[in-house]
Amino acid sequence: MSNVAASGPGAEPALSTTAPEVRRKRTVLGRLLVNPLSAAGLILVVFAVFVALAAPMIASYDPITMTPDLRLAPPSFAHWMGTDDGGRDILSRVIFGTRSSLLTAVGILAMASAVGTAIGLAAGYLGGWVDEVLMRVTDMFLAFPALVLAMGMAATLGPSLFNAMLATAVVWWPWYARLVRGQALHLKHEAFVDAARVSGASAFRITVHHILRNCTTPIIVQMSLDIGYAILTLSSLSFIGLGAQPPMPEWGSMVSIGRDYFLEQWWMVTFPGLAIFVSVMAFNLLGDGLQEALSPRLRR
Amino acid sequence: MGAFILRRLAFLVLVLAGMSVITFVLTHVVPGDPARLLAGQHATAEEVRSVSHLYGLDQPLPTQFWIYVGGLLHGDLGMSLTDRRPVMEDLAQFLPASMELTLAAVFLVVVVGLPIGLLAGVRRGQPIDHALRFLTVGGVSMPIFWFGIILQIVFYKQLQLLPIGGRLGILDIEPPQVTGLYLIDTLLDGDLPTFGSALVHLILPASALAAGSIAVVTRMMRASVIEVLDADHVRTARAKGLKGMIVLWRHVFRNALIPTTTVLGLQIGALLAGNVLAEVVFNWPGIGLYAVNAIRNLDYPSIMGVTLVISIIYVFVNLLVDIAYVLLDPRISYGGGRQRA
Repeated sequence: MSNVAASGPGAEPALSTTAPEVRRKRTVLGRLLVNPLSAAGLILVVFAVFVALAAPMIASYDPITMTPDLRLAPPSFAHWMGTDDGGRDILSRVIFGTRSSLLTAVGILAMASAVGTAIGLAAGYLGGWVDEVLMRVTDMFLAFPALVLAMGMAATLGPSLFNAMLATAVVWWPWYARLVRGQALHLKHEAFVDAARVSGASAFRITVHHILRNCTTPIIVQMSLDIGYAILTLSSLSFIGLGAQPPMPEWGSMVSIGRDYFLEQWWMVTFPGLAIFVSVMAFNLLGDGLQEALSPRLRR
Repeated sequence: MGAFILRRLAFLVLVLAGMSVITFVLTHVVPGDPARLLAGQHATAEEVRSVSHLYGLDQPLPTQFWIYVGGLLHGDLGMSLTDRRPVMEDLAQFLPASMELTLAAVFLVVVVGLPIGLLAGVRRGQPIDHALRFLTVGGVSMPIFWFGIILQIVFYKQLQLLPIGGRLGILDIEPPQVTGLYLIDTLLDGDLPTFGSALVHLILPASALAAGSIAVVTRMMRASVIEVLDADHVRTARAKGLKGMIVLWRHVFRNALIPTTTVLGLQIGALLAGNVLAEVVFNWPGIGLYAVNAIRNLDYPSIMGVTLVISIIYVFVNLLVDIAYVLLDPRISYGGGRQRA
């Protein structure tokens, strides 16, 4: 009985009498912190965001300027991750690389979710032939393996970090279109949408104010699950020469350059790759945790 | 069942048509001047014009599209700008190596991912389950290209156990081509030493490629096992006194396989795409390495050829997975047929 009361709207007065721990579990952050793996993910993500923002302040060396005298130096007290073939400090380049990786990953998801959401809303709310046409186009994009289509597209647009970002967003939007369409189909029959329609709200107003607002949670969960893969896809494109171009510090292209030296100068590939691995893992752990914390079905 | 396959085939035609539109747009519309690309950077205006005429690039776009689709239907993917050979011939030459690598990775995913997933599901909540969860999150987060290089550093440089790359050693002689898969061709030829060499060369690239998919399949298998363990028929089997291993094999493992098959099928697509990265790292002469070399030479017809061929294989694999799903689980029917509960 108390469980039912605690999960319903009538639970509010009871809040004041519950233990602080229970109250903590009710917030999303509280639910995230209960699971040690999600908490670790959150801490690492916060750390990565801090590194990206404060890069110029925490990096001890310039990430671009070459110092030939220091070429291929192993990790030492002065250069914790060693130096690369241009004598540049790898730690400083990894720190600046955090910036480009996070920014481009966010850029991919922003573009993909904006386009996908618009298409999903139109398909789900309008229905009929609009839905049919939009969803068949979506299916067509989904029929391609994502990395391969992104590769083809990035190659056509020409190798640059922005083009790689654009290409990845083009292969990513269909997932958001499908997600949002499903939500819109379900929400458009809800009583509050009917009420808005009866009171004379326009289709645009209903989709934006009533349907889109109620879709934000699944979109955020999906974005949190996707961001790690966006970093991975982008670094993969950079590794094969389609993303960031030298001398820009970017993890995938750093591993690619390090490949020429990896048998003797192992640090050139190991540390940038480790940065990709740890940050993708952090976002995946956080994404899993957020999904659990935000979706009632998976909540324990 | 027949109606379902027919509908899936109709959708397949639609998807293939869509793919041809997308690749056409990418090769003919997006690059500012495809004729200049074909003619080369240093070509004169006259040369560009003649190339444009030769390839029909001076025609209106709809006409160009029909020429392009007509070519595709005849298996014509254009000429490679790098080696001036038909792209189709190049792909036929390099595809078997990619298929061999993909199949080896699928084998690893099945023999490693399924038992680990079963173990994690059966030992749910125990330390081994937590350790496996950590490993699987690690597996999906691992960049294939980086993991491959780390494997090379450990197993080639440090332990000197496995070769660094390629399909065969320098002194090995290629087997006479029958299937193009060295493991099979060497066996058909009765050449066991070369078979051993081909097998040893496959281990590292296949492991690097499979790691992420093993993690995904393990997670899916764990979830399915947990669901099946709670099912009534498993409780009944236990109640009537069947031994633990028999229940696990006959009632849990086999039923948990059904949803896992779909995920496994989707992973084949991921493996096909991941091939590109593994092939670059291990210098594996497949279509992935061919594509990356094409990218470096701005060889658009070859890049699009690879994109199209991998995508077509992916679509067909997905179709087969859908059909396998219906065959494996008699309760599922995609409309048309009667529902058997």
